[in-house]
Amino acid sequence: MVSIDVRNAYVDFPIFDAKTRSLKKKVLGKVGGKIGTESKVPIIEALHDVTLSLKEGDRVALVGHNGAGKSTLLRLLSGIYEPTRGSARVVGKVAPVFDLGVGMDPEISGFENILIRGLFLGMTRKEMEKRLDDIAEFTELGDYLAMPLRTYSTGMRVRLALGVVTSIDPEILILDEGIGAVDAAFLNKARDRLKDLVRRSGMLVFASHSDELLIELCDTAVWMDEGHVRQHGSLREVLTAYKGKDPFKNLSREALERIGQAPAMSGD
Amino acid sequence: MTATNPTPPVSDSRTFKRAIEDIKAGVSHRELWSHLGWQDIKQRYRRSVIGPFWITISQGVIALGLGLLYSQLFNLHIQTFLPYISTGFIVWTFISGCLTEGMETFISNEGLIKQMPAPLSVYALRTVWRQTLMFVHNLIVYVIIVSIFFTSLNHQYGLQEGVCTDVGLCHPGIGWYSLSALPAFLLLAINAGWVTLMLGVISTRYRDIPQVISSLIQLLFYLTPIVWPVDQLYHGGGREAVSWALPFIHLNPLYHFIQIIRAPLIGQQVSINSWFVVIGITVVGWVLALLVMRNYRARVSYWV
Repeated sequence: MVSIDVRNAYVDFPIFDAKTRSLKKKVLGKVGGKIGTESKVPIIEALHDVTLSLKEGDRVALVGHNGAGKSTLLRLLSGIYEPTRGSARVVGKVAPVFDLGVGMDPEISGFENILIRGLFLGMTRKEMEKRLDDIAEFTELGDYLAMPLRTYSTGMRVRLALGVVTSIDPEILILDEGIGAVDAAFLNKARDRLKDLVRRSGMLVFASHSDELLIELCDTAVWMDEGHVRQHGSLREVLTAYKGKDPFKNLSREALERIGQAPAMSGD
Repeated sequence: MTATNPTPPVSDSRTFKRAIEDIKAGVSHRELWSHLGWQDIKQRYRRSVIGPFWITISQGVIALGLGLLYSQLFNLHIQTFLPYISTGFIVWTFISGCLTEGMETFISNEGLIKQMPAPLSVYALRTVWRQTLMFVHNLIVYVIIVSIFFTSLNHQYGLQEGVCTDVGLCHPGIGWYSLSALPAFLLLAINAGWVTLMLGVISTRYRDIPQVISSLIQLLFYLTPIVWPVDQLYHGGGREAVSWALPFIHLNPLYHFIQIIRAPLIGQQVSINSWFVVIGITVVGWVLALLVMRNYRARVSYWV
């Protein structure tokens, strides 16, 4: 049974190279987490008392301003960060896709990167070799896969990363913004595959600034603001509160039918 | 869905259970770290024609150069001294590699640590495995040199004259007991494990530590009998060494690590004390590493 249970979790980053300058001034800007100043080392409170529990079948959109803690929360949910206070329990095989490009070795070929990513996600070498053809076909990268990754464009890297996570069967799929870097045709293809994957896999958490993608893939949403959960509810409610307008209004009729939503919110 | 619980469950981030689980899971990701380690070596010699065999060649050149120089300086028998210095140097290369690259292990894997949920020990194993592969490449130098000088080593010999004399140490020569170098290397690799984990975590937090250690390594190289043999301390007749120097050598833990591998490989005798010292360090080291892992394992991704 796949589940994520985060209780009163804090993520505090110590910033060792920030000198006294940041100690003297208490910075409390709109962008970024709070910067604590009590201790000797300045601390960025990236996540502040986050409580969140997700269960099998959840398809969660993550919205919020830059620096609101979306990526940090995704890393917490992946188990990369363990909370400094509070607790986080993640049950299930996690497959995350963060800022693309980082974490992949630019000097080795696409094939090698696919293999390494697969091994990291708990696959065996044999299993990955079986999937190589499928990934090559899906990503449409063809002969490029034999080229070193540094020759790839951002969009091509996204294709590769998506190819890997969608070819395996993760139980928890975590996507950070940035998958918007691919072209429309590929996005359509990826969308179908992602939808299919989400149906099969237990859980999706997806951070994005693109309403359209979120509407297609998610049904609930979490609004992050200054490191804490500002709102957690149905996608439409949260997006409307976050954007100040109902994003479903502008959608075409077909799109709405596809996702099975009414053209306007009840009582609107 | 944001239900509040009056008693939040206690996080198990700082428990021995999680530290041991990390190491177990790391070891079980064998395909991952062995692939990464081998990848590192291939990557380093990418586009070079003879590839990783540059490791062997550079090691061979160093061993030959130092061997010729020091055999003249110390007035030692080259047929027995060259195997001594090259074998010692190969073991030293492994040790210093594990120290210098081990303490950088998490720093250099920053990208992966922040992108992929994986046990920390995977990165330590990647480093140790890479060093092991380099050690195997260097071993070719040992095989070549020992086969050339085998007739000088397969009987009792002394380093000064090539044969046993009244002065200095008399070595028994290569025999079946030389195979004890295998478990000795295994023990060394196990030690590389705790060194990498512990120094890796500490260095990630305190970035001055790698600088301190790399300057110490240089000193340790000269303090440890690698280019100079302990036999040099036996002079002036009899089998008694210069008395002040011996405790000084025996207190150096690296001497024992090198000795348990080098000595059997070139037909010298290992004191059983060396084995005891190494086993003792293994136990103490792993206890320390587990303590560090318990307390700071979860902090590494914050520090890198």
